[in-house]
Formats: sequence, structure tokens, C-alpha cells
Amino acid sequence: MRGGHDLGGRQGFGPIKPERESAEPVFHSAWERRAFALTMATGLLGQWNIDQSRHARERQHPVAYLGQSYYENWLAGTERLLLEAGLISEQELAAGAAAAKTRSDLRVPGPDDARKILTSGGPAAREIDRPPRFAAGDAVMVRRRYTTGHTRAPDYAQGCRGRIHDLHGGHVFPDANSQGDPVAHHLYSVEFSSRELWGGDAETFEVLIDLWEPYLVHADANDK
Amino acid sequence: MSSDHSHLPSDIELRAKALESLLVEKGLVNPATLDAIIETYQDKVGPRNGAQLVALAWSDAEFRRRLLADAAAAAAELGFCGRQGEHLQAVENTPEVHNLVVCTLCSCYPWTVLGLPPVWYKSAPYRSRAVSEPRSVLFEFGTELPEQVKIRVWDSTSEMRYLVVPMRPAGTDGWSVEKLSSLVTRNSMIGVEAALPPEQAAS
Repeated sequence: MRGGHDLGGRQGFGPIKPERESAEPVFHSAWERRAFALTMATGLLGQWNIDQSRHARERQHPVAYLGQSYYENWLAGTERLLLEAGLISEQELAAGAAAAKTRSDLRVPGPDDARKILTSGGPAAREIDRPPRFAAGDAVMVRRRYTTGHTRAPDYAQGCRGRIHDLHGGHVFPDANSQGDPVAHHLYSVEFSSRELWGGDAETFEVLIDLWEPYLVHADANDK
Repeated sequence: MSSDHSHLPSDIELRAKALESLLVEKGLVNPATLDAIIETYQDKVGPRNGAQLVALAWSDAEFRRRLLADAAAAAAELGFCGRQGEHLQAVENTPEVHNLVVCTLCSCYPWTVLGLPPVWYKSAPYRSRAVSEPRSVLFEFGTELPEQVKIRVWDSTSEMRYLVVPMRPAGTDGWSVEKLSSLVTRNSMIGVEAALPPEQAAS
């Protein structure tokens, strides 16, 4: 979906104004720390995957997404996931107090479980039988595609032509994974010129974008 | 992003607190688990990890080769592995090519080697402009590249995570890995700045 999150090339946000690196704390307030940890801890319940959690943040109204701070968006996404998974109710959320019993089939990780999961990670790479459709150097085009679902094909690259720079092998496909289907497709690093993305008046540079096979067609093909 | 210095709790503070007490009451989160998560990302995992990798790559040609071939495996040699670092690629700056990393769609970032991303990395100005006017973005960080240097921007749209290996500053021959690592800033490993000059090394 082309929500408020799909920011590549959007204009009008002004200067970046970075904090000085040596003076920047990891968290800027106590609630950010808690919102971060709550998001991670509820993720460890295994009731949704990373693409579903990204989609929960993206589905907010663009004005809300862009107007809120980063961890406000995380908190909003986490609340939504908990509600949609039926783990909490609107009434409970409003009251900040439990009204019903929790499902008994959930395994709630303790601190040692969490440390182990965080340091072992969860790879997205998968072995797949199909050979890759594209090879390094191939000219490709990013399909233009209308969807209200989650996708990782950024709007600014759709319809643009690039070249396969590298093959990453099979990776879980976000568009399907966000619907609960962890199918894998070949993932490619695709190189685009700034001229192709933005026209000849832009600065001269290259952008490399990771794109899954279903996003791509051969540049000379007509199946746009 | 603004910081609230008033002594009254803001709406968002109350909202975060309400959610936490609800989830604890329902037994959906263990408070000790929250503390373990915070401790991991506030105190343990951070950009000093990446700085060690870079300094080692500057010092040891064989390690540099391994880092560029498979950064996740090279990072694991030093014990840096886990969430948001499973698929890591190191991209090396040279006199000809300068690399810059962004995530235009959210905030993907190599946690295992850099920790959690800074506020500016997650902000709309950076995410929108890094892929459309990177030279002007670099300029705002005080980084001016010669015209002939090619800029490559890596948009982290998948679970691949990118770590920039900045150029080793001149005048650091014979330095220890530890001393070299004090020149490797977080920002240099995102690609918005160069590594620090030798006179700024930690003594």
C-alpha cells in the first residue's frame, strides 16, 4: 500500500537536523524504552510476524503516521496487533485493566528465553527449488501494482527500469507473509540510476533496492 | 522530535503505561523480560560492535575479505549475531565509491552491529531524501564528496542489512585495532560521514 510510510522521494519534510552522535541517547524518554520493549516482548508471543507488524504501523492514517514520533507509531501498531489477535479488547485497552482471562495456550517468554531469541535471530532466507528467473546484469522493470496490502516494492521504483546487481537467494516474501503465508521467492539487489528514478535534473547517483522476483519483469517484456 | 520536560505525564506516557500494566495483569508479558530486552539494546548491543569489525577489517586483510564476502559470518566470529543482523552485507567505501544506507519504508537497520537506529535515521526528512538527493543529505552532515565520487544508496527494503565500511583515515599506519576503532563512528557506518581524523582518536 502507498501509505504515509512509503517515503522515498517525497518532498517538503525539510532538513534532517541530526542530533550530535556523541550526545544522542538510545531512548529519549522512559516511555520510549517501555514502548520498544512491549513491542518486542509481544512479538515474542509468536502471534504475528515482522511483516504483519510493519503492516499494522503502515495502515494508520497517513496524517497520524507522519505526525507521530517513531515510538508512538510502534505503540499504535502493537495495540492494533494485540486487538486484532484478540489478546486484548478495546475496553481493556481504554481502562488499562483486564476484563477477561488470557488464552491459556500462549507461551510467554521469560528473560532468558528473550535473550536467547534476540541473540539467535530469525533468518528470512529459505531454500527454494525454482531457479532464479533473472541473472546478474539482466535489465528488469519493477511492476506497477495496485494493492491495499503490505508490500516492499517502494512506490518511487515502481515502473522504473534497473539492472540486477546481485542475487540473495530465496527470502520470505513480505506481501504473502503479511497475510500469514510464509512463501519464499528469489530476492535480488537491483541497481537504478538517479536519471531513471527522478529524471535528468536530479543529482547523479545510484540506488540499490532489494526486490523479490514477483515485483520484477524483464525490461523488454510486455507484462508490465 | 520534541522532548517533553514538563513534570506531568503526557498522554503517550500514560498510554504506554496503561498498555504495560494491562499486559502484565493479563500475563501476556513478563516484566523481567521487558527489562532484559531494554538492557540488551540500551547497554549491550551498539555501534562499538560495528566499529570493532571495521577496525579489524582495516588491520587484517584476511578478515576484510571475510567481512566483504559474508558480513553476518564475520560478525558472528566476534559474537555479534541475532535479531536484525541475520543477513548482513558490508559495503566498502573507496576513493571512487561512497555508500549510504537508508530504509525508505520503515527503519531497517543492522541492530547486531550498530544497535538501534538514531532518531534522524527514522525521520521522514532522511527517509524521503536519501534516495532522491543524497549529496544534499550528505552536505547537511558536513560531508562533501568530490564530484567524481560515485554515490551508491542502499534502500533496505528486505531483511538484508547493510553496514558501510568507511575508508581508513590517512596517518594511522601501525595503529592498534582498539585505537583505530575509536575513529569509527556510527554515522560513518551508515555512510553519512567519513571516519574521524587521527587527531580525534581516543587516547
